[in-house]
Amino acid sequence: MTSLTPTTGLTPEPAPAGAPPPPRAPAARSQTPRRLGDRVFSGLSTSAGVLILITLAGVALFLVTESLPVLSADAADLPEGGFLDYLLPLLFGTVLAAVLALLFATPLAIGIALFISHYAPRRVARTLGYLTDLLAAIPSVIYGLWGANVLAPYVVPTYGWLEANLGFLPFFTGPVSASGRTILTAGVVLAVMILPIMAAINREVFLQTPSLHEEAALALGATRWEMIRMTVLPYGRSGVVGGAMLGLGRALGETIAVLLVLSASGGISFNLIGQANPPTIPSNIAAQFPEATGLDVNLLIATGLVLFVLTFAINFAARAVVARRAEFDGASG
Amino acid sequence: MTAPTSLRAAAPEALPHDTRPLPPWVPFAVAAVAVAVALALRGVLGSGPVLTTILAAIVFAVLLNLVSRQVEGSRRAADRTVTTVVSAMFVAAMVPLASLIWTVLTRGSGRVDVEFFTATMRNVIGEGGGAMHAILGTLIITALAALISVPIGMLTAIYLVEYGGGGRLARAVTFLVDVMTGIPSIVAGLFAYAMFALIFGPGVRFGIGGAVALSVLMVPVVVRSVEEMLKLVPAELREASYALGVPKWRTILKVVLPAAAAGIGTGVTLAVARVIGETAPLLLIVGTTTSLNLNPFDGRMATLPVFAYFSFVTPGARPEPALDRAWTAALVLMLIVLSLNLVARLIARRFAPAGGR
Repeated sequence: MTSLTPTTGLTPEPAPAGAPPPPRAPAARSQTPRRLGDRVFSGLSTSAGVLILITLAGVALFLVTESLPVLSADAADLPEGGFLDYLLPLLFGTVLAAVLALLFATPLAIGIALFISHYAPRRVARTLGYLTDLLAAIPSVIYGLWGANVLAPYVVPTYGWLEANLGFLPFFTGPVSASGRTILTAGVVLAVMILPIMAAINREVFLQTPSLHEEAALALGATRWEMIRMTVLPYGRSGVVGGAMLGLGRALGETIAVLLVLSASGGISFNLIGQANPPTIPSNIAAQFPEATGLDVNLLIATGLVLFVLTFAINFAARAVVARRAEFDGASG
Repeated sequence: MTAPTSLRAAAPEALPHDTRPLPPWVPFAVAAVAVAVALALRGVLGSGPVLTTILAAIVFAVLLNLVSRQVEGSRRAADRTVTTVVSAMFVAAMVPLASLIWTVLTRGSGRVDVEFFTATMRNVIGEGGGAMHAILGTLIITALAALISVPIGMLTAIYLVEYGGGGRLARAVTFLVDVMTGIPSIVAGLFAYAMFALIFGPGVRFGIGGAVALSVLMVPVVVRSVEEMLKLVPAELREASYALGVPKWRTILKVVLPAAAAGIGTGVTLAVARVIGETAPLLLIVGTTTSLNLNPFDGRMATLPVFAYFSFVTPGARPEPALDRAWTAALVLMLIVLSLNLVARLIARRFAPAGGR
């Protein structure tokens, strides 16, 4: 191996010392793969990268192969109405719960992020930022236990009030669920769950606002809110959108919290506080899978494939939004 | 609209020099009035504590806006209102989270006893029993997942930063790592099940399957954090090492990785914390059991999150003891996750390079 004597400094093998660096650079590079250690190490790390490609291809492949029997199965073996009729209420429930969660969480996440980044005293802000990071790490089964035991009983009177006063809206028609374990409660629990991660993303983007922009606004006599509206919010907009979509992806795929909170029995319905709530794809899989056999397993895996494609599309869009922001930043310096 | 849309529009009615901002005691006085109003309304409406608080906040925001508008002008009034709203949003968001932690602490502390950590659920009906089998199962499966994902994740990150060089494969891997970050945990569980069902036949349940499912979730987190850390290592360090004639692989092992060690340790710890609480994939591929099973290659294993889930969903004839066990399992799980986060934080602080922020 090479000797590391500081006096000579250079690699002993290639061209003599004192040759001009530019022509030597390619020669030196072409030497590197010849070393055994380098070959082994670069081979190992490259194959790790390739393994990720294979894994993801495997996820798609295995899910598809296990879903195929559903498509070729007899209509008699499938639930009534075939696969689509089975899937649609699930898809509806999944999207509804996730969209509700996003509706609650997005404004709150912006508020929290602004509070931490621009309102709280700096010393407090660090602790608060750390606290939201901690909360993002709490396992979902704990959120589920809390939602089912604490939140659901607590919101029942509120749902009664909603029915009495806003019952003319299709969302709040009775009869109200006595347990409170409705799709609206599931949406609230999901919102609480995705709040820390969304707030963390928003906080990061808001903190990246160039301080020259902020100081320029303040120097022109803007109040704090005007400064935020003119510099922080426009700068962070695509970051907020990207964060919201990542939150949506999480809410779509959340399993155990929804399973614990939601008492699912119904089909497609916009009634948010009723007794018959649509199930969601992941909670349905988790509920049915332990007992499922035969074609039912394939059916559940097929719904999982649909969920995979859905979250993939959402995440893809989110990355595109965030990436566009990055390009924009690069252009503006 | 009185609120100016831009500074240019605001210039004609800029903040007058002669108006002074409100004296600092005014917001407190307004707050006192708001609380009084809300309490008075409570007598009339019979509202609960939450509604009273909300009412007080609304009254405070409106009153302060009106007072400020009279004394300071509409722009400062809007600023004060937004300050109130943002602070109120923060408090409102903290309430459920505080309630969650309080509930887990109070209800979970009931079964923090020796039996919970030393007994299994074998032949236990009703009171007693413990989660030793579930705690050990969680530790075994998570350790296996870390054993699989940390080398793969680190090597992939090394490939991306040191060897990929922005080539086509590197871009594809970066993209797919992003995609993997978004895989729902239940899909990871389905993947592990589908793969092992093809090999071992349908109905397969064992611990290593859970470790594989968790790895699918853990690898992208490890790749991301290690990649970030490797990028932070200054190029000068590498160049100095190359200039001394050190081969690239030794440079990576002896110079780059040690320089990034603290960040990598933090990232890996956080990745473990992220997957240790996963329930859904383990529910599918590992199942659960009441007895101790330490062999991840054979048969069902109990894990802490799944134990908490089943204790709550199928509590049995007398639900109370099972519910207590579920909450204590949740508490133990939360403490594990939080202490992992603390450890990560400590690693980052203790081993941070000198001069770093």
